[in-house]
Amino acid sequence: MDTKTIIDVEKLNLWYGDHHALKDISMKIPANRITALIGPSGCGKSTFLRTINRMNDLVEGVKITGSIRYKGEDIYAPNVDVNNVRKNIGMVFQKANLFPMSIFDNIAYGPRTHGITNKAKLNEIVERSLKDAAIWDEVKDRLKDNALGFSGGQQQRLCIARTLAVQPDIVLMDESTSALDPISTGKIEDLCTRLKEKYTVIMVTHNMQQAVRISDYCAFFLLGDLVEFGTGEQIFSNPQNPKTEAYVTGRFG
Amino acid sequence: MREAFDRELEQLKNEVATMGMYCERAIDLVSESLLEANMAKAQDMPELSLEITHKEREIESICLRLLLKQQPVASDLRLVSASLKMVTDLERIGDQSEDVAEIIRVDKFFYTGQDIPLRRMAEAVRKMVSESLDAFAKRDIQLAQSVIKYDDIVDNYFEDVKRLIVEKIKAQDCDGEYLLTLLMVCKYFERIADHASNVARWAEFAVTGVREGE
Ligand SMILES: Nc1ncnc2c1ncn2[C@@H]1O[C@H](COP(=O)(O)OP(=O)(O)OP(=O)(O)O)[C@@H](O)[C@H]1O
Ligand SMILES: [Mg+2]
Repeated sequence: MDTKTIIDVEKLNLWYGDHHALKDISMKIPANRITALIGPSGCGKSTFLRTINRMNDLVEGVKITGSIRYKGEDIYAPNVDVNNVRKNIGMVFQKANLFPMSIFDNIAYGPRTHGITNKAKLNEIVERSLKDAAIWDEVKDRLKDNALGFSGGQQQRLCIARTLAVQPDIVLMDESTSALDPISTGKIEDLCTRLKEKYTVIMVTHNMQQAVRISDYCAFFLLGDLVEFGTGEQIFSNPQNPKTEAYVTGRFG
Repeated sequence: MREAFDRELEQLKNEVATMGMYCERAIDLVSESLLEANMAKAQDMPELSLEITHKEREIESICLRLLLKQQPVASDLRLVSASLKMVTDLERIGDQSEDVAEIIRVDKFFYTGQDIPLRRMAEAVRKMVSESLDAFAKRDIQLAQSVIKYDDIVDNYFEDVKRLIVEKIKAQDCDGEYLLTLLMVCKYFERIADHASNVARWAEFAVTGVREGE
C-alpha cells in the first residue's frame, strides 16, 4: 500500500507517576487508512490513543518524552495550541457522550466554540456532518429532538458526526462499538471504511474480528511496548512476532 | 474455547494424514499392479479412490466448519486454508491413480520390462507424496522444499521415457499401441508428482505464510 504518513511517532514514552505506561513507541500512521490498536487490557492502547490528541495532558502526574509529529509538526512542541490539535484530531469514546440537548445543538457545539455563528453555515455543517456519519436520513426530520432519545447505535454515530463537525483530519476511536449490537457495529464499520476517503481513522478495539474486517494497519501492544506494527492482513495472516501470533490466535498467557 | 479449537485442528491434521496414507496406498497398488502384472491390485483401486473422495469431502467440511466457527487467524488460518487446498491435490492423486488402474484393468496393461525407467519413476513419485505429507505434518520447510526440487527428477525421468519410446517406435521394436499407453501411464505418474509438489508448497505456506512467486 502506497501511503503518506500523517502521524509520526518517535521514541514516545509516557509515565503515570512511576508507572511506565508507554515504552519507546515509534510508528508511522498512514493517512486515509484505518489503523487498529490491539492488545490485552492495560497494555496502553487508550493511553497511546490519548497521546495523539494530547488528552493525557489533563491527567495529573503524567510525564511524556519523545515526539508525535502531525503532518511534520511536533504536537508536543512548546508553542503548540492544544485546542487546535484537538480540532484536527478528534476523539470518539467507548460510550456515546452526547449532551442533553437537541441533535442540532450537539453537532453545532464544536463549530460554535470555534466561533462559527452564521446560521446558514451551521446548517450546512450539521447536514454535512450527519451525512458523513451516515445518519442524516435517520434524523433529518428530528434535528430538534433531544439527542439522548435515540438508540445507542444512533447516539454513537451522532458522536461521530459531532466529531466530524469541526472538520478534523483524524478520528480517534476508543472501543467505539463495544456497547453496540452487531447491526449498529456493522454500520459504524461501514462508516469507518467510508470515512477513509476524507479522514484518517485510528481505533482501539478488543474485537479481533472487527480488526480483521476493517483495519488497513494494525498495531499490537503488550505491557506498554509496541510489539508489532504491520498491515492488518499481515498481522492476521502471518504475524512475525510469536507474541502477536499467540495473542491473535487466542493462545495468550 | 481455545482448547476445543486445538482439538479440532489436531483432528484436521489427522484426517489429512489419513487421506495422505490412502494416496500412498493408491500409488503402491497401481505401481505394484503395473510392475508385477498383478490384476487383483488394480481391481482394489476403485474402492480406494472412492474412499479418497469421501475423505476429501470430510476434510472440506471440517475446514468450512472451522472457518465459520473459529474464524481462524495467523497460523491457524494458514493451517486450515493449506488443508483445504491440499486435499484438492490429494484427491487428484487418487483420481489419477484410478485412471492408471483403469488402463490396467481394461487393456490388461502391465510393464514388466527393464529398459523404460517406470519403476524408478514410480518410486520417485511415491517418495514425493509421502515426504510432502511428512513435511506438512512436521512443519518441515526444508523437506517441503526438497520435494519441490525433486519434481525436476521426475520430469527428467519422463523426458527419458519419451526419448526411449520414440527410439522404440523408430526401431519398430514394439507394438505402437502398447508404447502409446505406456507413455500415457508415465504421464500420469508425472502429473501425480506435480500434485505432490503442490502439497509440499501448501505445507511450506502453512509454516511461512509465503506462497510461491510472492
Ligand atoms: N489516569 C491514569 N493514571 C494512572 N495510571 C493509569 C491511568 N490511565 C491508565 N493507567 C495505567 O496505564 C496502563 C495502560 O492503561 P490503558 O488505559 O492505556 O490500557 P488499555 O490498553 O486501554 O486497556 P483496556 O483495554 O482495558 O482499555 C494501565 O496499567 C493503567 O492502569
Ligand atoms: Mg482502553
